Amino acid sequence: MTEIKAIAIVGVGGQGTVLTSDILIEGLVDLGYDVKKTEQHGLSQRGGSVNCLLKYGEKVYAPLIANGEADIVVAFEKIEAIRWLRLLKKDGTMIINNHEILPIPVKMGKAAYPHDAIEQVSSVVEHTYAINASAEAEKLGTIRVASIILLGALVKLAGLEHYDWPSLIRKKVPAKFVEANLKAYELGLKSVN
Amino acid sequence: MMKRVMLGNEAIARGAFEAGCSVAAAYPGTPSTEILQNLSKYPEVYSEWSVNEKVAAEVAIGASMAGVRSMAAMKHFGMNVASDAVFPSVYIGATGGLVYICADDPGMNSSGTEADSRHFAPHMKMPMLEPADSQECKDFTKLAFELSEQFDTPFMVRTTTRINHGSGVVTMEDRQEVPVKPYQRDIMKNTNIPALARNKHKAVEERLVRLRAYSNTTELNREEMFSTDIGVICNGISYQYAKEVFGENASYLKIGFSYPMPDEKIRSFAAKVKKVYVLEELDPFMEDYVRQLGIECTGKEVLPLYLEYSADIIRKAFGLPTITSAYHLDTEAPVRPASFCAGCPHRGIYHEISKYNGKIVAAGDIGCYALNINPPFSVTHTQICMGASITAGHGFERAERKADRGLKIFSFIGDSTFFHSGITGLVNAVYNGAKMSVFILDNSTTGMTGHQDNPVTGVTLMKDVTTAVDIRTLVIGCGVKPENIRTVDPYDLKATAAVVKEAYEATELFVVIVKQPCALLKQVIAARKGKHCKVNADKCRSCKVCITKTACPALMISDGKVSIAQEDCNGCTICQQICPFDAIEKVEG
Repeated sequence: MTEIKAIAIVGVGGQGTVLTSDILIEGLVDLGYDVKKTEQHGLSQRGGSVNCLLKYGEKVYAPLIANGEADIVVAFEKIEAIRWLRLLKKDGTMIINNHEILPIPVKMGKAAYPHDAIEQVSSVVEHTYAINASAEAEKLGTIRVASIILLGALVKLAGLEHYDWPSLIRKKVPAKFVEANLKAYELGLKSVN
Repeated sequence: MMKRVMLGNEAIARGAFEAGCSVAAAYPGTPSTEILQNLSKYPEVYSEWSVNEKVAAEVAIGASMAGVRSMAAMKHFGMNVASDAVFPSVYIGATGGLVYICADDPGMNSSGTEADSRHFAPHMKMPMLEPADSQECKDFTKLAFELSEQFDTPFMVRTTTRINHGSGVVTMEDRQEVPVKPYQRDIMKNTNIPALARNKHKAVEERLVRLRAYSNTTELNREEMFSTDIGVICNGISYQYAKEVFGENASYLKIGFSYPMPDEKIRSFAAKVKKVYVLEELDPFMEDYVRQLGIECTGKEVLPLYLEYSADIIRKAFGLPTITSAYHLDTEAPVRPASFCAGCPHRGIYHEISKYNGKIVAAGDIGCYALNINPPFSVTHTQICMGASITAGHGFERAERKADRGLKIFSFIGDSTFFHSGITGLVNAVYNGAKMSVFILDNSTTGMTGHQDNPVTGVTLMKDVTTAVDIRTLVIGCGVKPENIRTVDPYDLKATAAVVKEAYEATELFVVIVKQPCALLKQVIAARKGKHCKVNADKCRSCKVCITKTACPALMISDGKVSIAQEDCNGCTICQQICPFDAIEKVEG
């Protein structure tokens, strides 16, 4: 347990990166790890690119993740995987939600959106997992549970599936969305078999 | 004892709760907002959103005089505002423990300057603590209340964004109820009338001597001895980076009680190590002190004076190997500038105002509406601090009378900012015959910091229903002529255009109250459920004017075809009113 693991959860404001990372760290503490996390509040939530950075292990000092230090990067949106690729360590794992949220400058015709972001990332990162989380979430009734599908994939790839995540999810999400979230978690686990 | 993961701000609230704090006040401001939000969940503590930080500090001072433990929390700009009250409170001291939380923002994540508020401590002669993680946020806040009473002085707990918005494991304890101290009239203590206060300065200086002695003995300033090749003096988050970078290859003097600085501990630590590094974000506050003691050290000559630190920045500064990115793509991800949300009422007013670009000077203020600075609106000319839209706008207008460039002055201020610092400016404008037009953007919430109630909402922080202050009545009370006041719904572009024209042509002080609640408020989402706009594909000619004029995030484009994301759209109809081909339709669910 002396090794420190670093996980970056990145996306667009409003996608649920903070809730997902909150669930993750609560489980990690329950598992006996020291955990630290840092995230953005305020201005960056207005449709901006957001990141939650966390580290866990026996003793963690600062949660900031340097370039090339992340064991796993979870991108809730395609191009955020490109934006935060610099954090990933060699032979690290990249999880990408196959979902596009066009930035305003792209919509206004002032910037280009690389629609082949997943192909580009997987051409350099061997351990790339693309997941149709948003599309699957919509099938479950709300796109909001995409974050829990991605949490399921993350739990599996981080080797943390021995913990009772469903009980924790039940505690942390709004009551009326519990069932959809539990299904989402199961889908996420299976998505990276 | 229960352990929980807590945000630094949540841990500060927990510390205040456990310490028996009974009265707490704040004005929202990133990165300090969540302190009072969390504290308000404890019914044992009276918590309030004050209209500004000076008011919040004064509320806390009054409660301390009355004999209970009290606290005011603010960001660094807030301490600037509050300082007029905080300075005299140091002479007055603390009957009930009195704690000010001051959150700095290195890296300027949500702030327009990167001030180092630690300088307030020697300026005010107020002791200061600096926690380095969530556990210390709780412990130090709790201790600050005890020390405040022990030394009869307010304490400042100074944090930075990474501490406030970092999460870590916190061990919780029970609340200790503190008996209310007896009260009797004591003008020597509770007033600073010059004849009475003259002796107090001496007492404050003597108190600082006692506080320095404490600083030299407290474990808040602690040595961690490993290799003596390097000795690192560090505070707050810099301590965490230092440990990560140097591990057991250095020894540490972790400064948690940073004013007055522990001179003896620093001398003794420096004597044990071969060389001294000082690690601290922003100004050389500790480093200057170490040098004053005649100790050679390395600090700001290799480390930056600006933006926040990281382990990597420290490695680079000291020539240590850094980790580099393992992967690289030539493709750059397009940026995501913050923008008005789908259905944001600010979109309507700034769409109409932007038609006057070139003919107006738009004096801006602090809030979500500042995002109009980006295209397609590009309206704002100036932004200084809370309330300055009206006052600096007035100054600009006076100068413009001399310059005579034909520019009309428009000031823009949100509802919460108007209550914070706008009212005095409006009275000043009335009193001094200003001839500008003031737009009060009333979206019925404090938006940018994440929906805090304020006097316009009629609900308090503790969710009690209260008197809602009516802005129009208030504006009349400030002395603005009722015939020069308009109220308009920014979702109605035709009406908005007519009012903006009036404001442009007005020859006297003119006030427009732009009224429509924030689209993200829960009650607004519920009330507008089922209201959407959609594109009629037969009529749409893909001119994209709806997108280029509104930059609304709900408008989507795919293969050149425009559509509207139904889950984001709230049927504000601004795009419908702008569409030249009548191709957008309103749907009522």
